[in-house]
Amino acid sequence: MNLKNWKLEREADGITWAILDTANSSTNTLGAEVMTELGLILAECEKNPPRGLIFKSAKEAGFIAGANIEEFTSADTPEKARVLIQRGWDSYNRLAAVRYPTLALVRGHCMGGGTELALACRYRIAVDEPGTKFALPEVMLGIVPGWGGMLRLPQIVGPVAAMDMMLTGKNIDAKRAKKMGLADECVPPRVMDNAARMLVLSGNAPRQDKLPFLQKLMNGPLKAMVASGAKKQVAKRARQEHYPAPYAIIDQWQNYGGNTLAVPADKPTSLDALVKHPTTRNLIRVFFLQDRLKGFGKDARNFSPTRVHVVGAGVMGGDIAAWCVLRGMTVTLQDQNVERIAPAVGRAAKFFEKKLRDKKAARFALDRLIADPKGEGVRQADVIIEAVFENLEAKQKLFADIEARAKPEAVIASNTSSLKLADIAASFKDPSRLVGIHFFNPVAMMPLVEVVAGERTAPEVAQRAAAFVRRIDKLPLPVKDAPGFLVNAVLGPYMNEAMKCVDEGIAPETIDAALVAFGMPMGPIELADTVGLDVAVHAGKQLVGDASPPKKLVELFEAGKLGKKSGQGFYAWVDGKAQKSGVGAGDTAILAQRMLKPLLDATQRLVSEGVVADAELADAGVIFGTGFAPYTGGPMNYRQTVGPV
Amino acid sequence: MKPFEPVYIIDGARSPFLKSRNVPGPFSASDLATIAGRALLARQPFAPEELDEVIVGCAGPSVDEVNIGRVIALRLGCGNKVPGWTVMRNCASGMQALDSAIANIQNGRSQLVLAGGVDALSRTPLLYSDKMVMWFSRMAQARSLGAKLGMFAKLRLGMLLTPVIGIVKGLTDPVVNLMMGQTAENLAWKFGISRQQMDEVSVASHKKVSNAQKAGHFDEIVPLIDANGKVYAEDDGVRHDSSIEGLAKLKPFFDRKYGKITPGNSSQITDGAAWLLLASAEAVEKYKLSPIGKITDTQWAALDPAQMGLGPVHAATPILQRHGLGLNDLDAWEINEAFAAQVMGCVKAWEDPAYCKEELGLDAPLGTLDANKLNIDGGAIALGHPVGASGTRIVLHLLQILRREKKQRGMAAICIGGGQGGAVLVENL
Repeated sequence: MNLKNWKLEREADGITWAILDTANSSTNTLGAEVMTELGLILAECEKNPPRGLIFKSAKEAGFIAGANIEEFTSADTPEKARVLIQRGWDSYNRLAAVRYPTLALVRGHCMGGGTELALACRYRIAVDEPGTKFALPEVMLGIVPGWGGMLRLPQIVGPVAAMDMMLTGKNIDAKRAKKMGLADECVPPRVMDNAARMLVLSGNAPRQDKLPFLQKLMNGPLKAMVASGAKKQVAKRARQEHYPAPYAIIDQWQNYGGNTLAVPADKPTSLDALVKHPTTRNLIRVFFLQDRLKGFGKDARNFSPTRVHVVGAGVMGGDIAAWCVLRGMTVTLQDQNVERIAPAVGRAAKFFEKKLRDKKAARFALDRLIADPKGEGVRQADVIIEAVFENLEAKQKLFADIEARAKPEAVIASNTSSLKLADIAASFKDPSRLVGIHFFNPVAMMPLVEVVAGERTAPEVAQRAAAFVRRIDKLPLPVKDAPGFLVNAVLGPYMNEAMKCVDEGIAPETIDAALVAFGMPMGPIELADTVGLDVAVHAGKQLVGDASPPKKLVELFEAGKLGKKSGQGFYAWVDGKAQKSGVGAGDTAILAQRMLKPLLDATQRLVSEGVVADAELADAGVIFGTGFAPYTGGPMNYRQTVGPV
Repeated sequence: MKPFEPVYIIDGARSPFLKSRNVPGPFSASDLATIAGRALLARQPFAPEELDEVIVGCAGPSVDEVNIGRVIALRLGCGNKVPGWTVMRNCASGMQALDSAIANIQNGRSQLVLAGGVDALSRTPLLYSDKMVMWFSRMAQARSLGAKLGMFAKLRLGMLLTPVIGIVKGLTDPVVNLMMGQTAENLAWKFGISRQQMDEVSVASHKKVSNAQKAGHFDEIVPLIDANGKVYAEDDGVRHDSSIEGLAKLKPFFDRKYGKITPGNSSQITDGAAWLLLASAEAVEKYKLSPIGKITDTQWAALDPAQMGLGPVHAATPILQRHGLGLNDLDAWEINEAFAAQVMGCVKAWEDPAYCKEELGLDAPLGTLDANKLNIDGGAIALGHPVGASGTRIVLHLLQILRREKKQRGMAAICIGGGQGGAVLVENL
């Protein structure tokens, strides 16, 4: 047997190891050749049944990353998609039916078709390492886990947990996998091989047989109840006309035994309907855009930052510092005195405990966050980020000192959102050293970071800045030094229009509801209240340049009602929540289009002015920087596919 | 004896000393050392990974900080490849760490060493009594349910409620079975030191610390921030309103009723950490460091455990002799204030012809140490004595004083439970 992607090792005791090593790839993916060879392996094992068959990965990176993405994207017609699904569905059914015991030894990422392969085995072992993650992320690409995931996951972990995993696409770590029954064991790497040998020969009943009675009922007679509950949950986050895939998953599990191929083509939950739906195409586009952003910074050579110095321990600076620490950096955090730094340290301590869920790990993280009132960390820092209040003179003075003390190869960056980078750089001895690294609030939640190149910023400095952004697991978007860069420059006119609507007597609730219905994570008025009306007034002057700013905004601002932070803005805020009354009547779609127009216009203008390199990147920036409805594929894509508004 | 090759002090820092409030303090020993140490390392021109080793003096590491020197080195970000170890010489553990670093630098094993000391005395554990330990042991052996239940019948409330107080054990001499305070009573008796005199020295210690705080003379302190964002910026044991009248009200603690030593004229039980960064001449060159001082001699000595407080006399005198110096030829002295009676005893011993002759083999007494040169910014009576940290703190602060006053040379000496003394000769650069 000649295998290009697998290695088959038979041990003397009768255990066979099927070791996946996808050719010409750093990760294991499940392309046609890999799947064909899996068939050969199963045929071979049918002839000479092993005492046990164990699947594992030869790759450093992880177990299996999922489908072959090129094959997957070229399956853009229902016919091609059907072939792709059929292949996986049949292969895994065949694997699940073998008489000898099978086991998946999962170390590192185990995504999509990888998880479905593991589910088709009798046993699963999760190796207890931070990198081990199970997920069925198909829903995020607008499709369904059609290789048996919808069939087997509910039988193994129960339908409620299964729905949660399939409808959100979220990652399940090794410990959680064991706890929910997805993995039979969670073991450290030092005993994983031995554990796999012992478990595959154990004769233990498979998880399916051990599922609690209530869960079995929910997989059987109570299916409809579970499905209706799941539908309600999904409806809170995604409308069916925008995101058909989660609804399809529920329906295919409930009515078709998890078999995508069994759904008649004319049903809205069929494979045919999904493949033809624009959302699917758009979500795949977003996936590739994300990949494109991830590529920035790859050109920066010999730059692997480990020490970061952040100046300004306010909410932004403190959160940037904490995020960098969480991603492994050692961070010195500077402000005028230790009392100003302390609240940021307190916040970081809670953040680490929540994120790391391990006291020792949280302590080690906190050890890497160093209060530095005198700015001593500048000397050793690889990246220096200024996040002080927006005052040109203060920044220039600060940078004069930083430039004098920083290492020659260190990245010197400003997190400014409203000042011109070139003006700040004017005081530099070497203005080509300054770059903008612009984070969004809340730092931990927002994936995008704008990397701003000023007129004189050296290209390699911008590349290093992008490499740093990647290093802390954010998505870098290169932009030019124009007011508001990309994200704020498109949000400004949009929020301005929304506030003008308020001036016209439309209730903020109605406006926000219209945009949430369109697919925004938060309406523009609530967003204004959240960022603060002082910020909104200032940004309005700079970004909209409107001679007559929204009256209500000015009124609230002058009365000191600044939104969420002061407890009152367009809304009253109680316990961090906007108090909303009923939504007015009227066509919300038309209302939404009115506010989207300035956003789309601004995006188009910024593309043509070259603030962002092309339409694709503009779409990526607006989606990952504002949460702009992902099903649209981004504002430029939306305008192009749906038509001008 | 080989000539002493000077070792350079590059920098130093310490945590604030936090008085024990009879509950476990907000920071563990390794927390204190890490927070102070990382700030110190952050301002150096080299990375923590470039240290040759980390040496920590600690008299009472907690059970989850075994070989605390290594724990701290890893927490400081020195990486897997920088060795870390722990030394223990009771009250001089922090000074022993310095001397161990010096020895390794002098014989060429190391070039760049982070050395210091730490203790979190507020976290000293309560221990089970021997009877209780036996009960646990038998319980573990009991197999049947009946046997286990039977064990409960043998459990006495008194066994559970009379734990051994770890700190009392630690501060009791294991050989002569005297509490440290009782050895200080010995000195008071020997040299005729009155309660009034001890209390005066104690008030002076508080006054000096109070004034030094107001003048900003403790800038070696790295403020601590806890996980709730609370700041601990200063030594908090000092009483700005300390008075003779106030101290007179306290009862003798060690020899109850008839003694003179009270908590008020003893050092405080405190949590703290202190560090020095030591380097060879080569390392100074290599990393272009700017040393702030150098250590030009060290000495250890031992004496009767019941007189342990006179350890500084026995350790410092040979250094004076080697360098041909009188007591007042030095610009400043730090003698760790374990007890007022003990520091005063040292001064009196040098004045005492009989003691100098019989114990030190000197023909004439060394004379009177100028009180204005001794513990210029106060000492452990006001600041506290986190056992392992004090030996490093007095060397660090001595250098601070020399630099501030633009003076040349000083001695830091410390008494050691068990009957020893240590001394370090420091020069400003």
